[in-house]
Amino acid sequence: MSTLQKKFVKGNEAVAMAAIEAGVRCYFGYPITPQSDIPEYLSRELPKTGGTFIQVESEIGAINMVLGASATGVRAMTSSSGPGISLKQEGISYMAGSELPGVIVDIMRSGPGLGGIDASQADYHQATKGGGHGGYRIIVLAPNSVQEMYDLTMLAFDLSDQYRMPAMVLADSVLGQMKESIVPNPRPQVALPDKDWAVRGTGGGQQHVVKSLYLGDGEMETFHWKMHARYQELADKESRWEEYQTADAELVVTAFGATSRIARTAVEMARAQGHKVGLLRPITLFPFPKKAYAELSDRCKNWLTVELSTGQMVDDVRLSVARDAEVDFYGRPPGAGSLPTPEELFEQIKKRV
Amino acid sequence: MRYDVFFAGYGGQGVLLAGNLLSYAAIREGKNVSFFPSYGVEKRGGTAMCTVVIADGDTGSPVVGHPSASVILNQLSWDKYAAMVKEKGICLVNSSLVELDGAVLSGRELLTIPMNQIAIDLGDVRMVNMVACGAYAAATGALTLDSLKEALHDALPERNHKLIPANIQAIEAGTAAVFSARKA
Repeated sequence: MSTLQKKFVKGNEAVAMAAIEAGVRCYFGYPITPQSDIPEYLSRELPKTGGTFIQVESEIGAINMVLGASATGVRAMTSSSGPGISLKQEGISYMAGSELPGVIVDIMRSGPGLGGIDASQADYHQATKGGGHGGYRIIVLAPNSVQEMYDLTMLAFDLSDQYRMPAMVLADSVLGQMKESIVPNPRPQVALPDKDWAVRGTGGGQQHVVKSLYLGDGEMETFHWKMHARYQELADKESRWEEYQTADAELVVTAFGATSRIARTAVEMARAQGHKVGLLRPITLFPFPKKAYAELSDRCKNWLTVELSTGQMVDDVRLSVARDAEVDFYGRPPGAGSLPTPEELFEQIKKRV
Repeated sequence: MRYDVFFAGYGGQGVLLAGNLLSYAAIREGKNVSFFPSYGVEKRGGTAMCTVVIADGDTGSPVVGHPSASVILNQLSWDKYAAMVKEKGICLVNSSLVELDGAVLSGRELLTIPMNQIAIDLGDVRMVNMVACGAYAAATGALTLDSLKEALHDALPERNHKLIPANIQAIEAGTAAVFSARKA
């Protein structure tokens, strides 16, 4: 049966499958809804591949184990949701300061505090602006299908290794819990730099030091400018986005993650009624695909940003579009019963065309 | 073509398994599928609901406001979801557990089927979800009966494959019930 190449799986399972395909050697985590399928899957499957799965005593322990494992040069990851991701911020900052790769998956739930378990996009700022201290950024990828949960998890590992910085897969409970059929693609063949900085035990060889402490005169400043240049290189080479029906659009809707799926159907409804509406979906949230916004807004001045929050990504949209473009916002703050339907977004579109 | 359906009942009625079965059947037919469960504090006795989208092309939004069909297995789901079915859509109701009180859904087809009773007559009330799946496929034409039957091998764990013949009976009974409901 030809359908056997395809697997019908949850978004969370797709993340876990992709991590194994990407050659993850260590997973450290602590359960929290709505992402617990990831550790559940890896607890069962990772040891079979010779990898190590540890359910750690806390999220803080987990991220510090990722730091330690990554320092030895192996692929390591953790996953959590809002409350747990907040706890991991210190460790992520230390990883950024130590130029360590590593993958962190955030299946967003509503907050602040314990919040609830419903879909949210309110961790956008935390993820893209450096959630911990010290002024760093991490790579942030935003899938919008179960297939992309798989593909972008593998990409997160590659980009993280290539640019020596943590990478996050930022999804929400819709994407984590929904099932779609996917093709479990093989790991892409990418030429990656040697991890010649890794701490592997000298065995008489050269000593390596992995640290985030820079006390020498000018040392810290040099580090910051180096990272600044790396973020710029990342923006130039790795910005990713998807456009749908934008060629003749008189209104561009922009949304990421699950919201972009709802928005796309709303755009289709608008098109069916003859409204010239398009969709721009950022796939990388850091780097934010500023160029795509700048170029499209040179032509189309009417914009609508949709998010499951009171508005976070909309700030980056407004900073990226042409000066004379009008960026409107429609948001549904996360919580039980607040997921917008395509019909609801279609109504919002109609008000603006 | 694009089909979307709300499948709703209480925890324990097998609503999520039903959604999985529809999905696997659609995949066997080479279609694209999204299956979005409502989860959380639901447990046995609470509300369980899932949205399944079946499409030849892109499935689009996994979140649906007004589905083309709904399958309603208990009273709470009737109150919450029945009226959401869109114009010219189909609402299949488990009349064994839902008190309709002469309710009508204007502009939509209402099919009342005693799903629990049919499952009990076949030997086990737990097959109510299979009766519902058969009824959905027959009423909407979204899936063939054959792919639904074959998909039991995908949706059920190996240890339950011995129950496939009984489940096929339940699916067929659900299909037959639609034909007699439409004749009536």
